[in-house]
Amino acid sequence: MSDILNIPDSKPASSVPRARQSELQTTGFVFDIKKYAIHDGPGIRTTVFFKGCPLYCKWCQNPESWKRHPELGFRTSRCISCGLCVEACTHHAITSIQGQPVTDANKCNLCGQCVDACMAGAREIIGRQITVSEVIAEVEKDVVFYDQSGGGVTFSGGEPMMQPEFLLALLNQCQVQQIHTAVDTSCYAEPDVVECISKRTDLFLCDLKHMDSNMHERFTGVGNNLILDNIKLLSEAGKEIIIRIPIIPGFNDDQANIEATGKFAASLPRLSSIDILPYNRGGKEKSSRLSPGTILMQTDTPDEKKMNSIAQALKNHGFEVNIGG
Amino acid sequence: MNERVTKLRKQSVDTRPYISTERAELMTDFYKSDIPTGKSVPLCRALSFKYLMENKSICINDGELIVGERGPAPKATPTYPELCCHDLEDLRILCTREKTTYIVSDDVTKIYKDKIIPFWTGKTMREKLFSAMDEKWHQAFNAGVFTEFMEQRAPGHAILDDKIYRKGMLDFKRDIAENRKNLDHSSDPKANEKDQEYHAMDICADAVITFARRYADKAIELAQQETNPVRRSELEQIAEVCSHVPANAPRNFQEALQSYWFVHLSVITELNTWDSYNPGRLDQHLFPFYKKGLAEKTLNPQQAKELLQCFWIKFNNQPAPPKVGITEEQSGTYTDFALINVGGVTPTNGADAVNDISYMILDVVEEMHLTQPSSCIQLSKKNPNRFLRRACEVIRTGLGQPSVFNTDVIIKEMLQDGKSLTDARTGGPSGCVTVSSFGKESCTLTGYINWPKIFELACNNGIDPSSGAQVGPQTGDSCQFTSYQQLMDAYTEQLRYFIDLKINANNIIERLFADYMPAPFMSIITDDCIARGLDYHDGGARYNSTYIQGVGIGTVTDALAAVKYHVFDQQSCTMEELMTATQANFQGYERLRHTLLNHTPKYGNDEDYADSITEDVFNVYYESLNGRPNTKGGKYRVNLLPTTVHIYFGSVVGALPNGRKAGEPVSEGISPSQGCDTKGPTALIKSAARIDHTRTGGTLLNMKFNPQLLAGDGIDKLAHLIRVYFTLDGHHIQFNVIVAEMMRKAQKHPEQNRDLVVRVAGYSDYFVDIGRDLQNEIIARTEQQSF
Repeated sequence: MSDILNIPDSKPASSVPRARQSELQTTGFVFDIKKYAIHDGPGIRTTVFFKGCPLYCKWCQNPESWKRHPELGFRTSRCISCGLCVEACTHHAITSIQGQPVTDANKCNLCGQCVDACMAGAREIIGRQITVSEVIAEVEKDVVFYDQSGGGVTFSGGEPMMQPEFLLALLNQCQVQQIHTAVDTSCYAEPDVVECISKRTDLFLCDLKHMDSNMHERFTGVGNNLILDNIKLLSEAGKEIIIRIPIIPGFNDDQANIEATGKFAASLPRLSSIDILPYNRGGKEKSSRLSPGTILMQTDTPDEKKMNSIAQALKNHGFEVNIGG
Repeated sequence: MNERVTKLRKQSVDTRPYISTERAELMTDFYKSDIPTGKSVPLCRALSFKYLMENKSICINDGELIVGERGPAPKATPTYPELCCHDLEDLRILCTREKTTYIVSDDVTKIYKDKIIPFWTGKTMREKLFSAMDEKWHQAFNAGVFTEFMEQRAPGHAILDDKIYRKGMLDFKRDIAENRKNLDHSSDPKANEKDQEYHAMDICADAVITFARRYADKAIELAQQETNPVRRSELEQIAEVCSHVPANAPRNFQEALQSYWFVHLSVITELNTWDSYNPGRLDQHLFPFYKKGLAEKTLNPQQAKELLQCFWIKFNNQPAPPKVGITEEQSGTYTDFALINVGGVTPTNGADAVNDISYMILDVVEEMHLTQPSSCIQLSKKNPNRFLRRACEVIRTGLGQPSVFNTDVIIKEMLQDGKSLTDARTGGPSGCVTVSSFGKESCTLTGYINWPKIFELACNNGIDPSSGAQVGPQTGDSCQFTSYQQLMDAYTEQLRYFIDLKINANNIIERLFADYMPAPFMSIITDDCIARGLDYHDGGARYNSTYIQGVGIGTVTDALAAVKYHVFDQQSCTMEELMTATQANFQGYERLRHTLLNHTPKYGNDEDYADSITEDVFNVYYESLNGRPNTKGGKYRVNLLPTTVHIYFGSVVGALPNGRKAGEPVSEGISPSQGCDTKGPTALIKSAARIDHTRTGGTLLNMKFNPQLLAGDGIDKLAHLIRVYFTLDGHHIQFNVIVAEMMRKAQKHPEQNRDLVVRVAGYSDYFVDIGRDLQNEIIARTEQQSF
């Protein structure tokens, strides 16, 4: 950790730092790179999804991001019970039980032979180890779109700050290539990591899930003190911040929490806007593809009226509020 | 939409197309009479046109402000037996087939049986054309290697410039007389032929004036019977308008629209031209009349809009004349491809041409929500973003209109073709996407060419596997090829063979139309037919481009990529294995097919492996075709578009190494193979831009879009996408906004819809990848969208 904290302060804009070769080979775990991301910051963006998250939010939209390392995904709905995966597995990790393939995680080494063999597209390896240069090559492809639209790249996840060396190397490369960067974060990270990352980041999308630390812990697995401190830290450092609140009915959509959120936001010296994102059931669907243990809650999607009233309550604190982000 | 327009629109939308024998009967009467005896072909054509214009029914619909129908009433569809005489079986198919049906009454069938069929059998252009083709051509045509545009319709694809807003038919008559007088009979060996053409043009100009005058008379007659004073005064106004135009140049907004409409009807009555006719840059043509009307307080914006709406309905009242057989399969639609252009730049100084009428037309397109006329915006980097944004709002309604064209690239395309800068700026697209210089060009699309079929023949040593016949040249046993280049060479040789075959045939067909089917009316309004004394079909136009439209770039790329990747680069299978599997239509080779479909580079994902092959496929076509001479002093050019032919072409191609099964559609336009672009719209745009659009006369890119992606500022992102595609020199893009129906189709056929992206909420996902419940929820949500 210590070596990455000793980075020099950003140089003046006139001198463009050169790409550091060693950084280009830095690797990290990523589970998706999505082009034409239009809700993760300004303009047309590419969003790089990091794998691994310190939070386990019960409504999570991307439960495949929780584990840091690659894992096997399986869609029961697609499986045609052909048995080809059982045949293909040279480690004998897959057995057929009543026509359904069942994978023994202890024997599976994620070699991917069963994925190649699966004609129904029911099996996938979620996540891969990838170098900075590979990510940048993909991001670079859409520079013409960023230029036109004022877009750039967003590092999301999972929690990008859980892989600080990788993230920092990516941010450095983006700065070299003059690509706008956003980090979409839970802000659950060591403050020195946050500070170090902040020096290379143009925009932070900070998730804020609940103002009550106990509630936060019950639904995400961790308290919110560190998160609130980090948001303050970023704001006080003069960083551009958008606060993003997932609206989860029955968890954080009550008036008291919205008021407390508004007050906290108002206490920040600098804040661009607040996005409120309605809960959706996408995560529940995705979690069924993962190995057992990923249990998500299911609730209703908040209706338009509810979203508008929350937006208005936050606007009353003097913020620009966007629904959907 | 006011009450008048609502009523007219309803009448137009609710009336089902039906066959009218009026034109066929009049043509038969004329050619049975002794008028044609001893007269030249152009003269006969002009006199038959005169006969039609003097005798066809006059129809003024209740409440309408712009008048004139192609047939006796809205949706009454005339036929053109001199081009293609439908037999009784055709008529039966027309009224019973599943799509694009036309009602055929018993009377129609009887008249056809007793009068039309007996007279025209053996005399049609269709028969002349087919009997002039050699066996090799027939073999290729029957195998589905190419289609033939002229077998049921006539060359057209013409667009009007501003000339009728400056001049009336009386002025054209003076021009014709002047040129005719100056013919040099002593030194110009063609002087007599030209004299006949001038005489024919002159007769046609009079015929159109007569036709308009008949409308004026009818309007007066109706006015005299009319009890409602408001309608009476409208009818008197119509009579006044029709007495003045198109004999003279229009004086006001209504006359401008009415004058165009008479010209439009005349073109599509004279012949059944492919892509009917087209007013081109309506916003630029109308703006001076609009300004004048406002200044003189004789017109207000509401009136102008109402007139435009009435004008729109006239287009929708005219379904394309019925097509049968392969021509129907390649273009199975009622749409007759009148494509109204707005925006772009001004011809003289290339300045931003967007004006108040541009926006008004977009309002009309949105409000009328009709499939005819088609509309497009021409977008130059000089046009303001608010114009593009407004167009995007209309696109968001899911009409598929307006399509968006890149003016700056169109100008480059035309300059590459040797046109003057002013003529280049005067031009734009017509039909689907192909560009020409408005008012100055005979731009002829002669047929689609089936690249995937040609690939299949290259794999099979020129033998068509479906018939066993030697359709193409022997280019070697592909299983013996030792390099990818050998396969590419075989493909190129096959391609060149069929291009030669098609061009040789086109040379004959062009002469058939020049000799037997001149279009003297169309020649009046196309520069420089009058100056040259030559017909539109005989090189009279200033520019004479010919096209053979390339189809299936996505499919061919993927098929070539599959062979290159698996046989030669990875050596994961042999050509023989691939050939065996495709011959078996992958039955028993599911695993190989899975690899070919899912683990093989595909065009459309911004990845060099496949996209570089796309470039090669385009270049080889360009080099084989571009610049070849036609018989009208013009040249062949390249364009890439499909209408609906990708389905027909797919039906005649067996299984291919990209995993596509026999009979499945080939890729359309410059789109990737169905469901094979999985990296989103930016990747697709980058891939499509690998083709050098500036060397074409048009390409067609269709992009599917989810309405949720267009909500809120999504519309600005869409505008950015378009600007980027155009920065990369893309020619055209249109958006198919996803409706619930498409998602239901994707539920049934997930394998064909892997590229369908939907916005779930905070994120987007591939529709086929999400669970059934969520799919249903999104379908329900889409249906609730109130755009």
